[in-house]
Amino acid sequence: MARHIVASTSEIPPGGNKVVDVAGRDIVVFHVNGEYFALLNRCPHEGAPLEKAACVARLTSPEPGVYERSRVGEMLRCPWHGWEFDMRNGQSWFDPKRFKIRSYPVAVERGDELQKGPYVAETFPVRVEDSYVIVEV
Amino acid sequence: MSEVIDRPLRDDEKPAASRLRIVDCDVHPSLRSTDDLNEFLPRRWQQHLKEYGSHLRTPYLFTTPYPRSSPLIARRDAWPPTGGPPGSDLAFMQKQHLDPLDVEFGILQVLDLFIFSQQNLEFGAAIQRAINDWQLAFWSHRDPRLKASILVGQDGVDLAIAEIERCAKIGEYIQINVSPRANEPLGRRRYWPIYECAQALDLPLGIHVGGYGGHAPTGGGWPSYYVEEHQSNAHTIAAQLASLVIEGVPERFPKLKIVFIEGGFGWIASAVWRMDQHFERFRSEVPHLKRKPSEYVRESFWFTTQPIDEPDEARHLRALIEWVGIDRLLFSSDYPHWDFDDPRFAFKTPLTEVERKKIFSTNARAVYKF
Ligand code: FES
Repeated sequence: MARHIVASTSEIPPGGNKVVDVAGRDIVVFHVNGEYFALLNRCPHEGAPLEKAACVARLTSPEPGVYERSRVGEMLRCPWHGWEFDMRNGQSWFDPKRFKIRSYPVAVERGDELQKGPYVAETFPVRVEDSYVIVEV
Repeated sequence: MSEVIDRPLRDDEKPAASRLRIVDCDVHPSLRSTDDLNEFLPRRWQQHLKEYGSHLRTPYLFTTPYPRSSPLIARRDAWPPTGGPPGSDLAFMQKQHLDPLDVEFGILQVLDLFIFSQQNLEFGAAIQRAINDWQLAFWSHRDPRLKASILVGQDGVDLAIAEIERCAKIGEYIQINVSPRANEPLGRRRYWPIYECAQALDLPLGIHVGGYGGHAPTGGGWPSYYVEEHQSNAHTIAAQLASLVIEGVPERFPKLKIVFIEGGFGWIASAVWRMDQHFERFRSEVPHLKRKPSEYVRESFWFTTQPIDEPDEARHLRALIEWVGIDRLLFSSDYPHWDFDDPRFAFKTPLTEVERKKIFSTNARAVYKF
């Protein structure tokens, strides 16, 4: 797997996302509560762009009329038919054995660390005080 | 359908202008605001709209009896960047839907202002007339791919016929739309003058599911949940199919083409089998029918594909398609609504090139004569 610098952390506000082209793939990187998740930007159902998905909570109900929310912002609700996916691993909440969004490992590294490594591509205007989001594909 | 999507799109999956060339039989345009209608609505009715608004057969003004799965039942990505509701911006519709999906023709289906359910029939007729004019001025004339329908409320039969005749003279409309939730089942004689008129003008009759009439949406009453209510679209048109066939509409108007829109097609085989079986037993009750119900269905009815059924096994979808008949199916996307079907991925079962062409294009071209 190669590592790709896809954004500076300041580019993706909490609850926001950024679509990046990595090695020919349309990948969307989400920022949720200080964490970053990278997924293929395409719903496995009919291909909706997941950058338009709603970042929702896990909603469970022990009985009609009683609802509980957990993992706020970590579930992805497809913009079309509303299928829900776990952002951490792309697993579908509906029929999880059969449907999954391809997800990619993400890391955040400080610019000054990156500068030492092989990833200081000339094309990236690296400012050493920033942190960067790295996706592995 | 089940594998993990972990690869870039192949070329044949990308929206390729030369590949699709589809006819989309269900595209929903929206008013940006009711002011769009001002130029088509006499002052009196503009005033009425402002002061009284809609008068419907269901409670809860300006809303629907069930919460929808998403605001304005729309795809989350379909809100135009320029503001306004989904479906209200032609340039955005072109960019998001018509161009990338290579829609050769898109048939407009207007749902604004609960158009078929207005209780004040004269107000309803004025609104329908304004919307019929608006479809041409705001849509068809600005993008000739988009085809307009003549919307009429069938419970005011005289008003409906006058409107159909007015629009037919203009000559640009491709079908006549009536509601699946009229006051009485659609096969009733009181509606026949509309069918006669449609047949004489050679305009298909389009029946788009949805809306609320004076009856509960299901035969069993008012459901508790939207997910239940959404199902009832199929029950309603199954009942209307039976009514039209058994009351003798296709027998009496054999050249009339009837298109059920947005009801899917998974239910059809069972409905038709049952009608045939009962017809064999009870034909003396309906001596006006000369042939089996299935024969009328095969000759007079077409069905749009969305929302497509998604059985676990692709071959079951294949079987449904065959039971209904490749020739009976017309592709529709329902853009920009939340249960939109993408023509590239909706059919999760193999189709031959010939079948694809029929469902995505030539069947509709034959029905609507493009
Ligand atoms: S395309 Fe995502 S749920 Fe259908």
